[in-house]
Amino acid sequence: MSSSPYARDPAAGPTEASAWGFRRVLATNLRAVTGRAYPRVRGSLREKSWIFFEIALPFLSTCAFVLVYRALEAPEAYIGFAVLGGAMTAFWLNVLWAMGAQLYWDRGEGNLEIYFTAPISMMSILVGMAVGGLYMTATRALVIIAMGSVLFDVQYAIDQWLLLGAVFLLTLVALYGLGMLMASLFLFWGREAWHLANLFQEPVYFLGGLYAPVKVLGPLAALAIGLLPLAVGLDAMRQLTFTQVPDIGVLPPLAEAAILVVMAVVFLLLARIALRYFERRARAEGRLMARWQ
Amino acid sequence: MTPPTPGPAIEARALRRIYKAKPNPVVALDGVDLEVPAGELFGLLGPNGAGKTTLIKILTTLLLPTSGTARVAGFDVVTETARIRRVMNMVSGGEQSGYGILTVREQLWMFSQFYGLGTRQGWRRTDELIDLVGLAEQRLQRVSALSTGQRQKLNLARGFINDPWILFLDEPTLGLDVSAARDVRDHFRNWRAAMPGRTALLTTHYMAEADELCDRVAIVDRGRILALGTPAELKRRVQKESLFRIEVDRLPDGTASLARLPGVLSAVLSAAGPGVVSPDGVTVSLALAEDGALAGVVAALAAAGVRLRGLAKSEPTLEDVFVELVGRGLDETDEADEAGRPAPTPG
Repeated sequence: MSSSPYARDPAAGPTEASAWGFRRVLATNLRAVTGRAYPRVRGSLREKSWIFFEIALPFLSTCAFVLVYRALEAPEAYIGFAVLGGAMTAFWLNVLWAMGAQLYWDRGEGNLEIYFTAPISMMSILVGMAVGGLYMTATRALVIIAMGSVLFDVQYAIDQWLLLGAVFLLTLVALYGLGMLMASLFLFWGREAWHLANLFQEPVYFLGGLYAPVKVLGPLAALAIGLLPLAVGLDAMRQLTFTQVPDIGVLPPLAEAAILVVMAVVFLLLARIALRYFERRARAEGRLMARWQ
Repeated sequence: MTPPTPGPAIEARALRRIYKAKPNPVVALDGVDLEVPAGELFGLLGPNGAGKTTLIKILTTLLLPTSGTARVAGFDVVTETARIRRVMNMVSGGEQSGYGILTVREQLWMFSQFYGLGTRQGWRRTDELIDLVGLAEQRLQRVSALSTGQRQKLNLARGFINDPWILFLDEPTLGLDVSAARDVRDHFRNWRAAMPGRTALLTTHYMAEADELCDRVAIVDRGRILALGTPAELKRRVQKESLFRIEVDRLPDGTASLARLPGVLSAVLSAAGPGVVSPDGVTVSLALAEDGALAGVVAALAAAGVRLRGLAKSEPTLEDVFVELVGRGLDETDEADEAGRPAPTPG
């Protein structure tokens, strides 16, 4: 191996250098996850303004719902529903904009070319984005729950901590699986997908049961439970967090956990298929190149 | 997957790329044949819209060809992308990649992770490359605060992060000032000197850059390679004879004696320049059949007791070659390309 600072690869030639075993492929992809998560984590630590924009402002929406419920003299549990929904909104917005739209921005900046010319799977980049986004979003969710609970004296009654934790994690996996799927749509449709995301945002607020139990949607509840991981997860989590309130769920929490498992698998699988399909289409149509080229 | 047989580092055969466009499709590459052996720095020289970037995007697996084949390191650009991506890297001019909130050091480390470097190994290599490209002072500066030249140095360091066997350079000095562009070119030269056997493909529309850096150059226009060879070979295409200007202290027998020498096609007193039939000396323009004939001229002058004061070779530039081949300059706008219309087949 040369002692030049340029040199790193001890292989005798490109043929040997390109012959990677499974372990090296796996290790490189895991490192890519870390690498892509890094700017999000680092950025959130460096740029403190997000605390105001990502925590203080969204908390105001939650407060508005709480005050409406209080004014209407709704059952006290509804205050807790709103706080829990407010916390989960953070994840939905993160999935919609920071996951879905990110590749659109990345193409404009030329990052997409680097991702695609690096010896890694785009799934690693998406997982890295999700992990990095989760760091900031989980902080936001925790702060909203803590502040909301203290300020509005939310009373939780939790019997099944393990199931609650599992449902929460499954919700995140399914939700970020959906985010990965959306990212591949953005990759292909670009600006058009932007409109699609805008189109999704408000209906999901409505159907997702973010500030009221999904069950109150009536016949639409089944649609929400069948399509939106956020709706299923929230419905299950509310049942598990406010056991003192009877009959608030569309389905029993275990059944909803099972739905989340199916959703997680389906969305991740679809994301992988879509990424491969759209990568091929994008390479054929020249959509991976930066806009300025 | 069968291992490829040793062959050219980059190879293209009848490569075509057509973009769908309205009202007519645009032919970006029109049957390109190319072979770049390992260890060569190969240049693609052509104006904007010539098809250089399209070719480099196909070779870097970002774009599929419409027809034809291309191989990098022996691997097919359509079906063996993973193996190609493990041994190559790409640096583009005007590139704004990465995230402005990170520091120079953090950004390079992030990219090192995409090539599987271990955490510590990544930091070590990052520091080495930062020193190498001369960004030590900016190490902890945010990427968003870098100047264009510093930014391109960072891109260059990113291009070296995986120690690529094949490096694609797409207009790497685009938009840089003279000094920054010279720095970037110096880094390529240093890289080549330190890493023999590594291959680079450079696209540029700066003829001097191609002339200065490349072992061989292909002149591209409207998706076709019009000429290919070393810069000297290409220049010889437009100049069948070698031209020299010599300055001597005197020329007692006039130019006729020089014109009679073997290999000398013509010898005329220079119409311009210092020392033209002046007390200080005489300047003569010589046209030789080949460079080798100059030795005879120098020997004849020495035998006649004439003192040689100056000698310079007059060479055409690659731009002259381009003009000769295409009928317009490199910087002249191609109206067909600007309008997005399919380019007519060059004659």
